[in-house]
Amino acid sequence: MSVFAFYLFAVSVITGGLFTVISRNPVHSVLWLILAFLSSAGLFVLLGAEFVAMLLIIVYVGAVAVLFLFVVMMLDVDFAELKAEMAKYMPLALLIGLIILMQFVMAFGAWESSAAAEGLRAQVTDPTRFNTEALGLILYDDYFLLFQLAGLILLVAMIGAIVLTLRHRVDVKRQDVIAQMMRDPAKAMELKDVKPGQGL
Amino acid sequence: MNSADLNVILPEVFLAVFAMLGLLFAVYTSKDKMGPTLVWATATIFVVLAGWIGWMGEGTRVAFNGMFIEDSFARFAKVAILLSAAAVLIMSEGYMKARGLLRFEYPMLIALAAVGMMMMVSAGDLMALYMGLELQSLSLYVVAALRRDSIKSTEAGLKYFVLGALSSGLLLYGASLVYGYAGTTLFSGIITTAQSGETSVGLLFGIVFLIAGLAFKVSAVPFHMWTPDVYEGSPTPVTAFFATAPKVAAMALFARLLHDAFGQAVGDWSQIVALLSVLSMFLGAIAAIGQTNIKRLMAFSSIAHMGYALMGLAAGTAFGVQAMLVYMAIYVTMNVGTFAFILMMSKDGAPVVEISSLNMYSRTNPGRALAMLVLLFSLAGVPPMLGFFGKLYVLRAAYEAGLAWLAIAGVIASVIGAFYYLRIVFYMYFGEEQSEPLDSGGGGTVLPVFLMASAIIMVVGIANMFGVEVAAQAAAGALVN
Repeated sequence: MSVFAFYLFAVSVITGGLFTVISRNPVHSVLWLILAFLSSAGLFVLLGAEFVAMLLIIVYVGAVAVLFLFVVMMLDVDFAELKAEMAKYMPLALLIGLIILMQFVMAFGAWESSAAAEGLRAQVTDPTRFNTEALGLILYDDYFLLFQLAGLILLVAMIGAIVLTLRHRVDVKRQDVIAQMMRDPAKAMELKDVKPGQGL
Repeated sequence: MNSADLNVILPEVFLAVFAMLGLLFAVYTSKDKMGPTLVWATATIFVVLAGWIGWMGEGTRVAFNGMFIEDSFARFAKVAILLSAAAVLIMSEGYMKARGLLRFEYPMLIALAAVGMMMMVSAGDLMALYMGLELQSLSLYVVAALRRDSIKSTEAGLKYFVLGALSSGLLLYGASLVYGYAGTTLFSGIITTAQSGETSVGLLFGIVFLIAGLAFKVSAVPFHMWTPDVYEGSPTPVTAFFATAPKVAAMALFARLLHDAFGQAVGDWSQIVALLSVLSMFLGAIAAIGQTNIKRLMAFSSIAHMGYALMGLAAGTAFGVQAMLVYMAIYVTMNVGTFAFILMMSKDGAPVVEISSLNMYSRTNPGRALAMLVLLFSLAGVPPMLGFFGKLYVLRAAYEAGLAWLAIAGVIASVIGAFYYLRIVFYMYFGEEQSEPLDSGGGGTVLPVFLMASAIIMVVGIANMFGVEVAAQAAAGALVN
């Protein structure tokens, strides 16, 4: 049964990936991408990594892919023209791709792991432990340094987004909460005695 | 993880905390008006950290289960990175301020990039390597696009980002292949698995992909396509930064990966690196001939120089690593001076990048023209300037490692490359008379000081290279046993 499930998910990941690249409509591409994400989540479940599988669905399908959809729909890019441009290089790209594919087939045919690899491989987590707990133990202990660095990288991404997009416009009136709260009814209105026929 | 581990990464922690505090401080006070202050503060911190790391003393310390290695190789690279970053930051202040580009985020992003670079040169694990690399690259993508109202600058940032992402993909794929073979991502673990006899196909594929990914970062041919456009489009001080500290970091990372993780397979990667080296030297020398924009010319010049540095690496010996480190130290010093000159090139206050505008520059400004002449001779490798000894070092390393053909190719490429450096000298001294010469003064006091200091080092340094040779020898000894 699990072998059947593996092949089912594996075939649908590859199909999804393939159609992401070749479908004509970019919105369809994103939908195919979502299929690829979902199927790889299935593969993770088969491996016993439920937490990563759920993360994939929530983060990639739920947030990233939806964001992609919005961007694709809102961007004013002439995809037909891009495709035409790409078609020019297609024969060369296919040739290079084919050569690399053949090299990989040869490499994986002769694949062997190092004799010492088994001993070096990290210990499989205790099956009585939940995924989340096991991940937490590794992340905050063994990989503490990497975890903090990932935090710094996200900080840089945030700074970058602000630096490149935030513009302070001076011609826009902004709300000043404190000024609003400090308003004094006595000063807010001024009564003027307008003389008839004179105006202000 | 314990306090001993944190002790080892103290300089990095210090710099990261400084960057975050600086950001908060600027956001809550006067924002961009803090720019100049933060530039000077960051540069000061860089110099202080460089001093701290430099006087830390001998020995190797390993932290976080081998993910972070602090040895004399890392210390050498860190000092070079921090000092060059400080120099470029100080040089950029006037230029950026005059053009309204001095946002307070700029020095902070440079500081975070420096944290990434320090992590890179100390990485002892494929994942730590990748994290440091991404931290550095991501900061650089942003500063490349800092002039966001200019199409060229935005294009530079985007192009750098997309190609950088592609190279990261290659690197990660290589890392996954290596992990599949070795069962570990630690360099110290990988080298034990590769010990016996012939290199396995899987490991070889991994090495090839990792080298391709790193070659993108050092802009070695055939992974150099982004370099001229990014150098041209970025604001000039940012270009100066690209050409100095990140190059040192990437070359040091290259050496660390090849020797620490794949030290047993020297014969396998040596030929790949030698090919990258010879292609970079020739393309850099030939493609630069047709350039009219001095920033693009410097891009091709940096490609060629990376070719020479890779030649030291291709030797695969301790002397090769030493030659590479000495070469990079000289290269960075030359580039700081050259970019100080480029930053001063202006006409009526507006920056000029056309090489032809330098016609008869020696008449309006003999002092600066002479300093630039020294630097250009040094870049070209004309004796007796320091640049010649850098080239001599790597050529000797390649020759002694049995790569005589590579050394000969290097000499030929250097002769070709000399043409475009000397062409600038020709323009400055024997060019046509110009009706509208470049501004003779300008540049404040900082830029001329850096230009002159760098030129003087190129001449005086031939006496003993200020101890760089000895330090590089110790560094190489720590990396290659």
